[in-house]
Amino acid sequence: MEREAVKKMKEGKDDVLDIVDTTIDMGKYVDAVRDPGAGAISTFIGTTRDTFQNKEVIELQYEAYKPMAILELKKICTLARSKWSLIGIAVAHRLGTVPIGEESVFIAVSSVHRKDSLDACQFIIDELKARVPIWKKEVYSNGEVWKENAEFLQRAQVRS
Amino acid sequence: MEIDDGKQAGAPVDEVIMEENKVKVKVLLFARARELVGGSEFDLAVKEGATTADCVAELTTRFAALEVMRDSIVVALNFDYVTDPVKVKDGDELAIIPPISGG
Repeated sequence: MEREAVKKMKEGKDDVLDIVDTTIDMGKYVDAVRDPGAGAISTFIGTTRDTFQNKEVIELQYEAYKPMAILELKKICTLARSKWSLIGIAVAHRLGTVPIGEESVFIAVSSVHRKDSLDACQFIIDELKARVPIWKKEVYSNGEVWKENAEFLQRAQVRS
Repeated sequence: MEIDDGKQAGAPVDEVIMEENKVKVKVLLFARARELVGGSEFDLAVKEGATTADCVAELTTRFAALEVMRDSIVVALNFDYVTDPVKVKDGDELAIIPPISGG
């Protein structure tokens, strides 16, 4: 038991990675990284915007390649833990139709000192946009467009 | 090369003749690629020794609509991004990944 506790402290809490079809329960993910040893919990909330280049967005639709998305999120967490000293990481992404102004993605990271979780939180959202297979379609009054993250396109250029 | 029935309505339906020297790959399509093809999942039979690049070439030949996004397509083989052509095996899962837009 004691060895288990030491191991847990060294490795931190298990990552909580979810892809959900309903509203993201942010409190649940904050609680997932909450820890007596943590001095900070940093969060990022991505919300859906109502305009794109002066065009009114009516709604947004998300879809994912779920098993790969979870695997890519796991890789991102492993990378983040290799770069910073972290306790807990929780990431939730919503799919389906997301009404304007609601959360599409939520990230919570805990650490002993704030700088680790703040930096890791930014890293995780940047990596998510570059490599996690999730797609967003913006629906306007006069058409629709599948969006393309600049982060992904830049990396694809490097790859080829 | 032959493609058999898509599991989604609207996907192309073809007869599959599995020969001994063919391998069957499960192809998944997402977002714009799914809409252009009109189906999200189907089996693709390719010659033994065929690579991921051969599969993409076959797909774009088969579904001319995909040609408009050919240069921006990235593929994942069994849940991992692949850049250089990799030989496919029977039962592999090949995902066509158009530019992503999560977040």
